[in-house]
Amino acid sequence: MDPILTVRDLSVHYPGAPVCAVKSVSFTLGRERLGIVGESGSGKSTVGRALMRLLPDAKLSAQTLTFEGVDLLAASERQMLRLRGARMSMILQDPKYSLNPIRRCGEQVAEGVRTHTRCSKKQARDKALAMLKAVQIRNPERVYDLYPHEISGGMGQRIMIAMMLLTDPDMVIADEPTSALDVTVRLQVLSILDDLVRRRGIGLIMISHDLNLVRNFCDRVLIMYDGRVVESIAAGQLDQAQHPYTRGLLAAQPRIGGGRGPLPVLKRDPAWSQPMEIPV
Amino acid sequence: MTMSDTSRATDARRAMPQSLIALRNICVFLARTPTSAFGLIVLGVLIFTAIFAPLIATHDPYVQDLQNTLAPPDAAHFFGTDELGRDIFSRLVHGSRITLTIISLVTVVVGPIGLFMGTVAGYFGGRVDTVLMRITDIFLSFPSLILSLAFVAALGPSLNNAIIAISLTAWPPIARLARAETMTFRKADYIAAARLQGASPARIIWKSIVPMCLPSVMIRLTLNMATVILTAAGLGFLGLGAQPPMPEWGAMIATGRRYMIDSWWLVTFPGLAILSVSLAFNLLGDGLRDALDPKQMMKR
Amino acid sequence: MAIELKRRLGGIAGQAGSIAVTLFGLLILTFAIGRIMPNDPARAMVGEDASPEVYRAVYEQLGLDRPMWEQFLLYLRDVLQFDFGTSIRSGQPVLHDILHVLPATIELATFAIIFGASFGITLGVMAAVNKDRWPDHLIRVISLMGHSMPIFWTGMIGLLVFYAGFGWVGGSGRMSQFYIGLVPERTNFLLIDSALAGEWEVFRSAINHIILPASLLGYSSSAYITRMTRSFMLDQLGQEYVTTARVKGLSKRQTIWRHAFGNIRVQLVTIVALAYGALLEGAVLIEAVFAWPGFGQYLTSNLLIGDMNAVMTCVLLVGVIFIGLNILSDVLYRIFDPRTK
Repeated sequence: MDPILTVRDLSVHYPGAPVCAVKSVSFTLGRERLGIVGESGSGKSTVGRALMRLLPDAKLSAQTLTFEGVDLLAASERQMLRLRGARMSMILQDPKYSLNPIRRCGEQVAEGVRTHTRCSKKQARDKALAMLKAVQIRNPERVYDLYPHEISGGMGQRIMIAMMLLTDPDMVIADEPTSALDVTVRLQVLSILDDLVRRRGIGLIMISHDLNLVRNFCDRVLIMYDGRVVESIAAGQLDQAQHPYTRGLLAAQPRIGGGRGPLPVLKRDPAWSQPMEIPV
Repeated sequence: MTMSDTSRATDARRAMPQSLIALRNICVFLARTPTSAFGLIVLGVLIFTAIFAPLIATHDPYVQDLQNTLAPPDAAHFFGTDELGRDIFSRLVHGSRITLTIISLVTVVVGPIGLFMGTVAGYFGGRVDTVLMRITDIFLSFPSLILSLAFVAALGPSLNNAIIAISLTAWPPIARLARAETMTFRKADYIAAARLQGASPARIIWKSIVPMCLPSVMIRLTLNMATVILTAAGLGFLGLGAQPPMPEWGAMIATGRRYMIDSWWLVTFPGLAILSVSLAFNLLGDGLRDALDPKQMMKR
Repeated sequence: MAIELKRRLGGIAGQAGSIAVTLFGLLILTFAIGRIMPNDPARAMVGEDASPEVYRAVYEQLGLDRPMWEQFLLYLRDVLQFDFGTSIRSGQPVLHDILHVLPATIELATFAIIFGASFGITLGVMAAVNKDRWPDHLIRVISLMGHSMPIFWTGMIGLLVFYAGFGWVGGSGRMSQFYIGLVPERTNFLLIDSALAGEWEVFRSAINHIILPASLLGYSSSAYITRMTRSFMLDQLGQEYVTTARVKGLSKRQTIWRHAFGNIRVQLVTIVALAYGALLEGAVLIEAVFAWPGFGQYLTSNLLIGDMNAVMTCVLLVGVIFIGLNILSDVLYRIFDPRTK
């Protein structure tokens, strides 16, 4: 399988910070669903933004960072503008903040098409309406003209998905796409995303702190700790994880029918922050 | 730095009161930013000049020399002479005393008025607050220069009246600030404790609230100084502030105006003096705002 | 729609009460200013060598023998009937005089705010985008400079350099001496009048004369606009929707102007309205330098001769304009922000 994205030894350093936020992370992405799991501050979101080259002040370095034959490190801002939103896009966490409050939802969805393809306003609108329908919005004509403060979180996130998938990208990064949502609509949004991603053969990177969600939803999982990938494993084999951090995480999950005693607490080991051999 | 050095430094720090440490940190921060450092230097020069004015001035600022009027700048008269042959450099040097007097008098008057109005309004709340803040709003609904103009016109033009007029227009922002500060700790436990011990409102305000408001009020006063200087100069220029022959910078520009086309030095140098002092205060104020903004401090 | 409008108007009516109180306070203040005056208005009217009888008559006619509160009520009654007294110098009703000179100032201030707002907003956005890099520092110094200039001095230097030196702009006044009286006064806005009369030479001369004072005035007011624009913009640039726009493939410039700028527009409108009021202050000084026959010059010339009717009315008017602009900025905010609907 030809990988869409190849990352080898990616490091990200924020100016003024004592250590790198991301330290020599390596992975590849094909037409599959890859989960990146880690606690807050582990660098998982930084990886996502680094891939989009949306960290203007941070210093990126890597041996290889290619996306469909384009070297992302060497690409000019101009080239990046052609990639972003057209061939790679990103679903952000909370629709309450990630939609522009003073513009109509539909316009925001259609804007991507208008930016990347030559088409009339009407065509863009039709395309956006079709996409809104595809994310199971029942009354797209009405929703098109609503402002973000007039819609619910679940609907907002579906609009976000519509916006990001409208241009048929090859890679989508979903940065905690459901953690701001109500538990009740989480599954619905996820299944919509899952369905679209499968049908269109999009490579998805799902960034989350929720081990269970990633396990059920992704093909492969990277576990990040302190800016490093500590384990890379197929989602189905997560139970056989080797790394003590992953094992600790798994042990701390509550289980239906499990014992009623207190759940074990993660005992951190400074050695986890040391680099280790990971089969890519 | 070795271990013993560090511990000694912390010892020294412990010996200093908290407020002094804060003040020193602020000064260090300001000195590190080039723009505020420039502000500090200009102010230093201004104060130095005002104190040693008679020593620095090369001539008597009031002595006329009708043989040598409107002379361009040269070695004898650094900034030239005016229409009565007076040395402009010496007049500027003596004028710095007037500027400093205006700033300090206005500050001395405005600080207490603003603090009083603000703390009383904030402490008592309710009706008192409504009435006092309404008065403040009325004063705030004029641009400061226009209101001072009206006051000076009513009181009669003179330097003292200009200072009174500026003070009358400069207190409302201070009152607003002091009120906001007071509101934040009006409900604090130590205020309640003082009240339970039977302290009178006057005592609580004076002993517990005023000291808490003081730092931010002081900063606000510094920020206002640039405006005070410009207003005073504007009044002087319109003939409503310091009267001739006083070497007030604004008034000097006003008299120099008639000779401006042929003798540029008459208006240029006093104007530069006003500009640099007010710029210095503005730069300093800008730096102070940064220095006291916790978000900014975290970054450094 | 109708209900919504009513609700919005209701909010405004709620404010009306507090505005009325402020206006009343304004009247007390102007009255007080008029009465702490050391010189005697009756004496100023009749002159030094009038007979005691005449003086007495005028004194009583002005109501100066009555108690203070009665005098205030009289003043209040007159003001409510738009009677602001007669100017001692011109012999005309003060209101008539002021309405005659006000257009010149409005013309100047409007040009200045257009310049100041476009300059200030552009600089503010640039500073925010380049935060903590050299353009930000440079812009900070430029705008603080504008805030620190004694504007009457900058006006003179401007005249010295651009008028006397290069001859690029017109000198003092609203147009060159040559054209005075050529255009019939209809609105007293010279640019409008000359355009209406088809006198394009006068129009050009007027533009030539307004450009220097207006741009200096605008520059001095832009400091505040720049600072506020920068901080509003920094707020917006930290928002998530900016990232969304970038992810969609919009360039930095498109993101800033199409998305972030749209979100600060409402705030900017209120800031510019307030800056317009503050501009009146600079207008007084710049009019003195440029011999601009406007409101500011009317005020200062009457101050110097102690014509208190004129001064009180001017001060009152400025207060009213200030309050009006405050209300206006509030109303604009309510109308323009979709979230307040």
